Amino acid sequence: MKIAVCIKRVPVMEVKFVIAADGTRVEESGLKYDVNDFDLWAIEAGLQLREKNGNTGEVVVISLGPDTAQEQIRKALAMGADRGVLLKTDAMPTDGFAVAQALAAELRDGGYDVVLFGRIAIDSMNQMTGPMVAELLDLPCVTNVCKLEVANGAGRAERQLEGANEVVEFPLPALLTIDDGLNKERLPSLKGIMAAKKKPLDVKPAQLGAAHVTVRKMELPPERAAGRILGDSAAAVPELVRLLQTEAKVL
Amino acid sequence: MANVLVFAEVRGGELRKVAFEAVTAARSLAELSGGGQVHAVLAGGAGIGGKAELLARYGADSVLVLEHDGFAQYNPEALAATLVQHLQGATYAYALFSATAQGRDLSPRVAAKMGVGLAADLTGLAVDGNAVVGQHFTMNGKVIATLAITGAPAIVSVRPAAFQPAENARPLAAAAITSVVDPLASRVKVVALKQGGGDKIDLNDAPVIIAGGRGLKSPANFQLCEDLADAFGNAAVGATRAVTDEGWRPHSDQIGQTGRNVSPTLYVAVGISGAIQHLAGMRTSKTIVAINKDKDAPIFKIADYGIVGDVMEVMPAFTAAVKQARSQG
Repeated sequence: MKIAVCIKRVPVMEVKFVIAADGTRVEESGLKYDVNDFDLWAIEAGLQLREKNGNTGEVVVISLGPDTAQEQIRKALAMGADRGVLLKTDAMPTDGFAVAQALAAELRDGGYDVVLFGRIAIDSMNQMTGPMVAELLDLPCVTNVCKLEVANGAGRAERQLEGANEVVEFPLPALLTIDDGLNKERLPSLKGIMAAKKKPLDVKPAQLGAAHVTVRKMELPPERAAGRILGDSAAAVPELVRLLQTEAKVL
Repeated sequence: MANVLVFAEVRGGELRKVAFEAVTAARSLAELSGGGQVHAVLAGGAGIGGKAELLARYGADSVLVLEHDGFAQYNPEALAATLVQHLQGATYAYALFSATAQGRDLSPRVAAKMGVGLAADLTGLAVDGNAVVGQHFTMNGKVIATLAITGAPAIVSVRPAAFQPAENARPLAAAAITSVVDPLASRVKVVALKQGGGDKIDLNDAPVIIAGGRGLKSPANFQLCEDLADAFGNAAVGATRAVTDEGWRPHSDQIGQTGRNVSPTLYVAVGISGAIQHLAGMRTSKTIVAINKDKDAPIFKIADYGIVGDVMEVMPAFTAAVKQARSQG
């Protein structure tokens, strides 16, 4: 089985972001980076699909981003993927369709049985690239996958909706976006980390599409005003209820 | 003047609240661009046409009814193809979707088929010349980007609860439309819908959310949250990732970075420390109440009101007080 997993390098979010002087970007100095959470689950899904299907074929990891995104591809290789491709760009577009076109160009003649994405990138929060790539390649597409079985050229998945799941059947080849709950990603082993250094990683320019979406401004949300501690026991409940009625007016 | 095509989300044969929010947002977009028409697409199985009147009530000038057994469940391939045909065949400046699991599946397909962009999950909408301008949370909800999108049409999706449904009745004008492809021949088939909470209100629709964390100590103690939710009457119960990972609550109840984004009028955090991943999914709630025994828990930094105490003691008292307040109201 030939599997592609598209992953993204994203900032580690446990920081206080600073808006750059031009007001349309986040200041990058001081940020640390990792593989997008959802993409880790997509990598894990790819590795498990290979393992459950005779451990033949390959898992190819594709990322679009700056040269430094090789680091995240190496992490995926350390987890067990076979080879990597970096579609290099120094200017990550805001427009998900511009990105989708570059990924589709790379995937088009790859002969993949399954193409996997994370449901959403937690930096752009666009949640659109996967289904756009599926349209560009005319592949059956199932998003938000939280349960998955693949056998005999077809698959059955559950899609996670708000408060419900849809059970979906689809033929291969197909493109899936992976949601939380499908699996827990494996940690790279020391042996895996050593092996990853020798695995092939191609770097080529990203063939981005034209951008229809641009950023006019970035800002930090208003800080919430400091709250009040009303007490240390149930004795504070009457005051809480009074404030919910008279001040917050939500009761 | 510009016309808007809006997709009205249906689940299990019923219009969802987000559909009325989307029509309200579409109405606003039409007015902002000088008073165009709002056309709503309503797709479903037999009998769905009977729901068209609800869309007219929220401001749809016309309702395009796509009624066929093949749409009794969500049918993304046939829907995308049919929406594209309508967008190409008429003069729509904008297409608008809800930024739900369904809308965020369908809208990128439509955008890619048409070769245009998509501005997703917007919390505000404005028109500037030929661009739609809107606010979009990025960086895990810690940064707000103002995006501008151009295109013919410009395709946007709006965040649930960002636009409150407003009645703005139009005379009902419904027209039957047909699928441009055989809806029974789609490659991707939804074969079943497993509804989560039965008749319980969904997290995204609930004005009040009671969310529980590891501080509740056991799945059985979630009853304290259920009881408070029942006391409010219009509340849903959510959970943190720690709790859903333990299997105490279903994954679909998870609020946070990797789960649901919610912004209710009132959010009660019960035994939740306030990890950044959790805050990412609820920090835009209007009023936040936190009950936790650890006075240094980060949740108290964003809560409007806090009680540093034992949830086992505070929650029953809170529930009783809410019941009493509501019976007097």
